[in-house]
Amino acid sequence: MNFDFADESPKLVMLLYGLVAFVVVVGGLLLLLDAVPAWFARRREAQLVAASASGAPIPRSRTKPREGLFAVFFLLPAVLLLLIGLVVPAIRTTVLSFMDGGSDNWVGLRNYGWLFSQDEIVRVLTNTLVWVFLVPLIATTIGLLYAVLVDKARMEALAKSLIFMPMAISFVGASIIWKFVYAYRGDGQEQIGLLNQIVVSLGGEPKQWLLESPLNTLLLIVIMVWIQAGFAMVVLSAAIKAIPADIVEAARLDGVNPWQMFWQVTLPSIRPALIVVVVTISIATLKVFDIVRTSTNGNFDTNVIANEMYNQAFRYGQAGQGSAMAVFLFILVIPIVIYQIRNLRQQREG
Amino acid sequence: MAVTARPRQAIAIIGALGLALTATACGSDDDNSGNNAGSAECSAYEKYQGNDGKKVSIYASIRDAEADLLEQSWEQFVDCTGIEIDYEGSGEFEAQLQVRVDGGNAPDIAFIPQPGLLARFAEAGKLKPASADTKTMAEQNYSPDWLKYSTVGGQFYGAPLGSNVKSFVWYSPKTFKEKGWEVPTTWEQLVALSDKVAADGTKPWCVGIESGDATGWPATDWIEEFMLRTQTPEVYDQWTTHGIPFNDPKVAEAVNLAGTILKNEKYVNGGFGGVKSIATTSFQEAGTPILQNKCAMHRQGSFYANQWPEGTKVAEDGDIFAFYFPTREGSQGKPVLGGGEFTVAFADRPEVQAVQTYLASGEYANSRAKLGNWASANNKLDVANVANPIDRLSVEIFQDKTTVFRFDGSDLMPGAVGAGTFWKQMIEWINGKDTTAVLNSIESSWPK
Repeated sequence: MNFDFADESPKLVMLLYGLVAFVVVVGGLLLLLDAVPAWFARRREAQLVAASASGAPIPRSRTKPREGLFAVFFLLPAVLLLLIGLVVPAIRTTVLSFMDGGSDNWVGLRNYGWLFSQDEIVRVLTNTLVWVFLVPLIATTIGLLYAVLVDKARMEALAKSLIFMPMAISFVGASIIWKFVYAYRGDGQEQIGLLNQIVVSLGGEPKQWLLESPLNTLLLIVIMVWIQAGFAMVVLSAAIKAIPADIVEAARLDGVNPWQMFWQVTLPSIRPALIVVVVTISIATLKVFDIVRTSTNGNFDTNVIANEMYNQAFRYGQAGQGSAMAVFLFILVIPIVIYQIRNLRQQREG
Repeated sequence: MAVTARPRQAIAIIGALGLALTATACGSDDDNSGNNAGSAECSAYEKYQGNDGKKVSIYASIRDAEADLLEQSWEQFVDCTGIEIDYEGSGEFEAQLQVRVDGGNAPDIAFIPQPGLLARFAEAGKLKPASADTKTMAEQNYSPDWLKYSTVGGQFYGAPLGSNVKSFVWYSPKTFKEKGWEVPTTWEQLVALSDKVAADGTKPWCVGIESGDATGWPATDWIEEFMLRTQTPEVYDQWTTHGIPFNDPKVAEAVNLAGTILKNEKYVNGGFGGVKSIATTSFQEAGTPILQNKCAMHRQGSFYANQWPEGTKVAEDGDIFAFYFPTREGSQGKPVLGGGEFTVAFADRPEVQAVQTYLASGEYANSRAKLGNWASANNKLDVANVANPIDRLSVEIFQDKTTVFRFDGSDLMPGAVGAGTFWKQMIEWINGKDTTAVLNSIESSWPK
């Protein structure tokens, strides 16, 4: 490969522009977050100094509306972005789900009827259910076990970063890595997939892992667990470390064994964190798209809602059917979100 | 969070950076105006002039090295007319084009490789009909066979651009010579050759249909080839337009005949495993075992020439070449399956029409062909300008009067079938589902 800088210079210049723009935007944002509160603080300080110098009472009442203004300043971008990025599209998607493929005519509930009459769609829904049931369960369990076992162990930081690292890889990247793990070559050929190489060296015959349903769905779930277990571990480990030392001490004095310690002290203490982890992973799992798309594109009976939604709306030109699936997915997520909010509120009150 | 102890200084620095950025961005743009317009080599572009400084955006699925060649191919046009062409290629072109059009951000021109998708945009009223100039240019340079794919409801939307021949079987001339195998010219000879190769202990065929989120498309090509070889071209047209149902016995006949190769454990899948390995072998990799003598033949389009490892000599007397996928006895003419993209416009400004007309011209076809790796059905294209032997063979087939050209059938069908259930059901078919069930399933998914 010869690389000619002169030939590539327009692209390099573009790259430079991109980098500079990134620095300007991100730097600007950080600065804004830094300078604006500092400015408010300085003004307040000046006022206090002026007030104390003149001997007048400190204008306490005037701070309240200021703080309100301050809150609005920070909330406004978030609210605006939510409106543009979430509320408006949600309404539009719902409207589209009652229209035909080209979004021209009203078809009533036909898209929803279609959703539940297709054999393949039933398959998609059951697959999604399997995902939502297994991923949070397995990922949280692994994360929890790891957090407990590694707690206060030697080389804790190293052990934790090892399991946390997959989090840094994108879903697509992770899927490509695992696709190589599952890769297949015929019997007698040189295996390029790790899993088949292990099977072959144990004297077995290579298998086409991603082809056999329902095993293939489970193998895809492994990818998601691989990514999410690190997240669960980090949050739960922090929660375990936050358990007050005197509680642990008291339990020790009462003579609990490690088993009792786990069930009666650790687990109840980290319950809120545990729920946050399960809920977060559940929502991420309901939306799973990249892994399935990259690994099998939903072939061989591995399809899930988000992938089929994209196919229907953007590849097949059936915007109505795709929107109906999106609305259905949205409805599935709502109970989890409500549970999460209730949970947060209870925590605050309790 | 204190980013810097002196916010005001930092603001000044960042502000200066931003100013510099916008200043350089403005400075670099105005280079290629039409200051060569008067020169001799620009005389061919006279009719496109008068749009100096206007911008035209083009969006297509062509990326990387091919995209560089594309931009090179209209360099002179840009120099002489002063029309700036802003090209963008995307790997998710089909889906993203829809998103851009829906979002009010349509490109001026798109190269659409699927007539089915083209028709969808045309019917939705998003495409602008081609100008009279473009239409005249296209009619002069392309056969009516080709123009009908970009004609929707009697309205002509744009000329073809690049074209490819799919009816090729790749093989190794060297190995064929060594083993005493002969290039077959009829279906019967092809079957006899396959049996002979299998008897020699080699799997005769290599097949792979994995293609990321488009997995399955290479299998639909096989079915289309057999539709053209078992039925008349008219039946083929009825099939792609749903004039006959997808589960018609005529289709089943073609699918079953394709199955005599694709689902034959003795014939496939050289270098990869059994029949089922077809589903997980990527189409890019599928043909390469020919070079290691693990299989003898690989049916794939002219564009597969780019897939061979660097240093492979693609020529009639080289390491790799392709022969025309033979017809059966009693077939009509010389059916050729192929594909290509069409230059359609979402805007009708004069400069957009000028670019559209230019891309349909013989000057453009020759200018692009000279850069290599390209073929077109443009009949002004001089074969002498086509360097690559496979592209030359393709152009010769396009210009051959006995050729009965038909466009890739799945690209003509509505997206839900052509890029959806047809692909998916072919995967199931390879994995053992029987022909009737597969065809019934596709038929039931045809949009009403």
